[in-house]
Amino acid sequence: MSHSLAIIIPAYNEEKSISNVVNDVLATSLYKEFQVSVIVVNDCSTDATALIINSLNCVSLHLPVNLGIGGAMQTGFKYALENDFDYAVQVDGDGQHPSVEIPTLVSELIKYNLDIIIGSRFITHKGFQSSFIRRAGIVWFSLLLKILTGQRIYDCTSGFRVLNRKSLELVCETYPDEYPEPESIILFAKNKIKIGELPVSMSERQGGVSSIGFFSSIYYMWKVTLGIIFTFIRTNNR
Amino acid sequence: MERIQIIAIAASLLFLLYIAWLIVKGKLREEYAIVWIVSTFVLILFSFWREGIDIVSNMLGIIAPPNMIFTGAIFIMLIYLLHLSVTVSRLQKQSKVLAQELALLKNKEGKKE
Repeated sequence: MSHSLAIIIPAYNEEKSISNVVNDVLATSLYKEFQVSVIVVNDCSTDATALIINSLNCVSLHLPVNLGIGGAMQTGFKYALENDFDYAVQVDGDGQHPSVEIPTLVSELIKYNLDIIIGSRFITHKGFQSSFIRRAGIVWFSLLLKILTGQRIYDCTSGFRVLNRKSLELVCETYPDEYPEPESIILFAKNKIKIGELPVSMSERQGGVSSIGFFSSIYYMWKVTLGIIFTFIRTNNR
Repeated sequence: MERIQIIAIAASLLFLLYIAWLIVKGKLREEYAIVWIVSTFVLILFSFWREGIDIVSNMLGIIAPPNMIFTGAIFIMLIYLLHLSVTVSRLQKQSKVLAQELALLKNKEGKKE
């Protein structure tokens, strides 16, 4: 049986790395029994990203205004749902996510009958581990999520995820706009989505700048903490 | 009538005229104008009826009448700002959906050609 797999890559000013990422993803996932489509969501980039992705072998979605990573990802999810894909993978446009791991992630998702699987840096601690301050933030979110959902997700900020049809339907309906990764976990858990984690080894970004700068990290902590708590309250009352 | 009363009334009326002009020109929607029109009427009322401020603040148990004006004005401004934040949040949500739909449609159109 052949499954269709949408590989969604959100890109904002990633002219340096985007063609490598797309080609990597296409090269490594071809040998599986999946029908693979790469979907690049251009979040209103101001550099040459739009031109580059139009010339690549992928579906290109161009947002007319900058929506941020969450809004861009949701555009890709909506495309995947509209076009009846069975699975969707999120891969960042900066080359941090190892595309060789995609087939493994998908087959593990099917094997363990999960709804979403997260590629995690912190289970076996291999590869790029991020800075101390970021890891501290991740530990805090992980703890908060553990308290609220009862499930321990080690790398809750990882954007390297595979979603099945059920979780795809959920994210098309509701998905946070900014820094969506930790916040979406509570959304999944409260909607009885089965979450799994698989160790992967990530690399440092190839180009571009992180969506989280030094000064905005304090804002990030507050925004995401509030987001997690309010999503918890909102879904509890449903 | 004292000079300050005349100035206050004139300023309030000018403000009211300006709001009316904005609505006529289609630059201000009626629902957002309500709060401005109501507060202008309150200003005009107290410009004519000066003892009113003392009477009302006495009724509420406020010792210094100007404090009632400041407290009331700040309170109304905060509520109105909150209302605007809610409006902005709604607009942001709507424009996000519009942008996403547009990106998906552009892709569909591109395929047809």
